Amino acid sequence: MFDSTGISELGGRHDVALQGLMASILSGEGNPARASHEADLLAVARDRDRVAFRRLFDHFAPRLRSFLRRLRTPEGTLDDLVQDVMASVWRRANSYDPAKASASTWIFTIARNRRIDLARRKRPEVDLDDPATVHEEADGEPLPDEQASHGQLAVILRDAIAQLPPDQSEIVALAYQRDMSHSEIASELDLPLGTVKSRLRLALVKLRTAMEGLD
Amino acid sequence: MTVSHHPDRALLLDYATGALSEPFALVVATHMALCPACRHEVSAMEAIGGAMLEASTDCSQAQPEDAFARLMAHVEAVPGEHAASQPAINDPALAAIPRPLRDRLPASPDQMPWRRQGPIETVFLPCDVPGYRVRMLRIAPGRGVPRHTHRGEELTLVLQGAYSDATGHFGRGDLETADPTLDHRPVADPGEQCICLAVTSAPLRLTGRLGRLIDHFLDI
Repeated sequence: MFDSTGISELGGRHDVALQGLMASILSGEGNPARASHEADLLAVARDRDRVAFRRLFDHFAPRLRSFLRRLRTPEGTLDDLVQDVMASVWRRANSYDPAKASASTWIFTIARNRRIDLARRKRPEVDLDDPATVHEEADGEPLPDEQASHGQLAVILRDAIAQLPPDQSEIVALAYQRDMSHSEIASELDLPLGTVKSRLRLALVKLRTAMEGLD
Repeated sequence: MTVSHHPDRALLLDYATGALSEPFALVVATHMALCPACRHEVSAMEAIGGAMLEASTDCSQAQPEDAFARLMAHVEAVPGEHAASQPAINDPALAAIPRPLRDRLPASPDQMPWRRQGPIETVFLPCDVPGYRVRMLRIAPGRGVPRHTHRGEELTLVLQGAYSDATGHFGRGDLETADPTLDHRPVADPGEQCICLAVTSAPLRLTGRLGRLIDHFLDI
């Protein structure tokens, strides 16, 4: 439903919105206060801890609102969607695994999946417990989230994005903040598909390297 | 088993952000079930999304005062969710198909209603997204698919056996991306049937008498 609002409607406004996004990332706003959201999520899962959940709500609800607003969520449904995502956080906290993702990464995936549900689309997912799923023989390198524990990732990403050339950071922002596929980005920016793909590849390699370079 | 042909990063990113169409997401997720490296890549892309969420603080408007109280009243009326455990699968051919795809098959590969189309057999899977075709393909050992091109983009994932074409050798878990410029003639390895999942985006069908004739030859 949110996708049906159309890309064309963005017109020239997206430049302003993206500048706002980049400004907020680059200014370092939102550097995580260091109460552990991961510990709070585990307390919600284990004890249905309302105080911990209140802390998560106070931290993530405004961020979700801001994040989802950029994703072309109609203003009238924004608060409902934030409530909906936070309700999923409460209900599904027992499936959160701190070894796999930070709290903000996990909540990002919850919000993404709720948006797909509400658009009446389905999301095929890997089932790690399925016997047909192939696992690494030895433990692989740790995920970026494990290395950049407790939300340091936002800081690392801020620095890494600051170093991306503008043509790459623009495409990364459209992918994450506008929910555009690479082919939609190509037509939005009037660029050949191959150009979009190669800029994305360059940007992702740099961001990935930055995340993994953290000790 | 090592997977050597992967989806390109743009496809993985579209999957990670949620922008990928459901039929292509089915191929990517099934590949990911067979490919820990791509799962790792997508996790890194989700971590970028998490960091983007963390940095989203430009919204000056506070939550409504009673938002938390309303949320708690809502959630306490609904029990927590627990993932349902999956029943064991006795059919080995079916058990070898990763779950995102297995859930959509009408039967075990041995018992599906294969329809012969020249040297290959196909089963169409239900797809309610306009413009896409989702098919299982079965090629007899050593047999080739006639030379063909594609109208749209086609993703082919090998689930059993292997095939080769001019671009390389594709075994279980390998994913080949073909666009309309690729003119290829896949040949199955000898010794084993090759079973693939193939999803095509075909945004335009040709129309008119000549178009239908052309369509007929393109329609592999």
